[in-house]
Amino acid sequence: MTQISFDVEKIRKDFPVFSRELPDGRPLVYLDSGNSSQKPSQVIDTMRDHLALHYSNVGRAMHVLGAESTDAYESARDKVAAFVGAPSRDEIVFTKNASEALNLVAYSFGNPANTDPRFTLGPGDEIVISEMEHHSNIVPWQLLVQRTGATLKWFGVTDDGRLDYDPSVVTERTKIVSIAHQSNVLGTVNPVAEVAARAHEVGALIMLDASQSVPHHPVDVTRLGADFVAFTGHKMVGPSGIGVLWGRAGLLEAMPPFLGGGEMIEAVWMDRSTYAPVPHKFEAGTPPIVEAIGLGAAVDYLTEVGMEAVEAHERTLTSYALDALREVPGLRLIGPDSLEERGGTLSFTLEGIHPHDVGQILDDQFGVAVRVGHHCARPLHLRFGIPATTRASFYLYNTTGEIDALVRGLHHVQKVFA
Amino acid sequence: MIGESMYQELILEHYKHPQGRGLREPYDTEVHHVNPTCGDEITLRVKVGDGGEIIDVSYDGQGCSISQAAASVLHELATGSTVDETLSVVDEFTRLMQGRGRVEADEEVLGDAVAFAGVAKFPARVKCALLSWMAYKDAVVRSAR
Repeated sequence: MTQISFDVEKIRKDFPVFSRELPDGRPLVYLDSGNSSQKPSQVIDTMRDHLALHYSNVGRAMHVLGAESTDAYESARDKVAAFVGAPSRDEIVFTKNASEALNLVAYSFGNPANTDPRFTLGPGDEIVISEMEHHSNIVPWQLLVQRTGATLKWFGVTDDGRLDYDPSVVTERTKIVSIAHQSNVLGTVNPVAEVAARAHEVGALIMLDASQSVPHHPVDVTRLGADFVAFTGHKMVGPSGIGVLWGRAGLLEAMPPFLGGGEMIEAVWMDRSTYAPVPHKFEAGTPPIVEAIGLGAAVDYLTEVGMEAVEAHERTLTSYALDALREVPGLRLIGPDSLEERGGTLSFTLEGIHPHDVGQILDDQFGVAVRVGHHCARPLHLRFGIPATTRASFYLYNTTGEIDALVRGLHHVQKVFA
Repeated sequence: MIGESMYQELILEHYKHPQGRGLREPYDTEVHHVNPTCGDEITLRVKVGDGGEIIDVSYDGQGCSISQAAASVLHELATGSTVDETLSVVDEFTRLMQGRGRVEADEEVLGDAVAFAGVAKFPARVKCALLSWMAYKDAVVRSAR
């Protein structure tokens, strides 16, 4: 593999937000990309340009602007498909976020109007998730269980923050397994191919919440062994309001529609309808046009930088941060303490100091933006017997100097509350 | 800086050395309040005398410095006072906290609780300061029934 040059200072110049100061002249140290990422000019300009000069509705407008909008929107689909190695562009469904993608799949099960055996669900059938899931990969399945009487099961998490993978949790009764590719709290990258193989062995489907992996690693959906993959634009230097569901074509075709409305139909009578082919069957109503185009620009940006280079840079940062945080007394890392199968998300507690106090002082006095709380993964925090953590999450624009700022801030926090 | 004005010495002092912490007998009412967004929680007990005097406010819980210090200050202010007096302090404290930093605090009424004035500028932290005070109000009202 060729060595890809990576100039973080050059990258930072692409992101206008890094040219601003916070009140009182503090520099911005943004370590909250796991929550949402910043946007480069390339994305902002593409969206502004489309809104200013090319905007119209997509799919149904028979004029120049309609054609330009449709072309840009559908090109974004091509770009996203190529970015994640989807065998067909028609396997890319635009949603408003990863949560909607997960809900879309959850609503495909147990629908009385759909008799495909892969999607029937009732009492005795099982759904398997894990204890490290974001609420968006827990609650849709809880709601499904409430609707159908199926049973929700889960893999546990080990003390060092790894998936406690027990293949026997997946049984002949399992209809779908849905787990995170990378944990949004622990940073752990899960052995998804192994879990997928087990799911397929018993005839179950597997879905991956890849919201925290697609932005940070080269991801090829076919190599993951998954049937469905969900991710979101705003965490990968794209805008909010646009998410993606990738699904195997044969499955998407077998699934019932999710939301009904314009553009998802083939023909409508007063008492019934037939539906458009995938992916349009799942894109009811006017979609987030400019957001999808912005995501296309984000994918172009990341592709130009190179996802191998992004991954390598984050690995360097993570290694540096793991070493630096080990030196902070009273700091307990919640998640793997090694680089092996982990990404650039580090959550921790400081003995005797509540994360809200940590986050407040880091922000107010050092301009260090981290996330504090349970990060929409309350069951995982319950598992570790803690109400909350402080989380630093890195991206392609972060520097080791920013990790130094974080550590300086943590020492100051400890001084305030000593 | 902003943080300095929020983390007043008095708040840090109460956080490091909480007054009246720990659940005690006897009590009339026990309440449990939680802050679902951050997981902070408090269990609080109140013992009211026949004449409406507050004999004891005891509590236990977990949370940030603001929520813990607010409970400690509450204990000091309420114990030995009366139901009516403390409810007016709770009202004044609530008014201050919900004033987005634009409300002049009445130090006569609030005493040490005036140290929390800086918290009012941080919407996300206001509920931390109010957690124990709302629990107290709930408990007192129930005790008085």
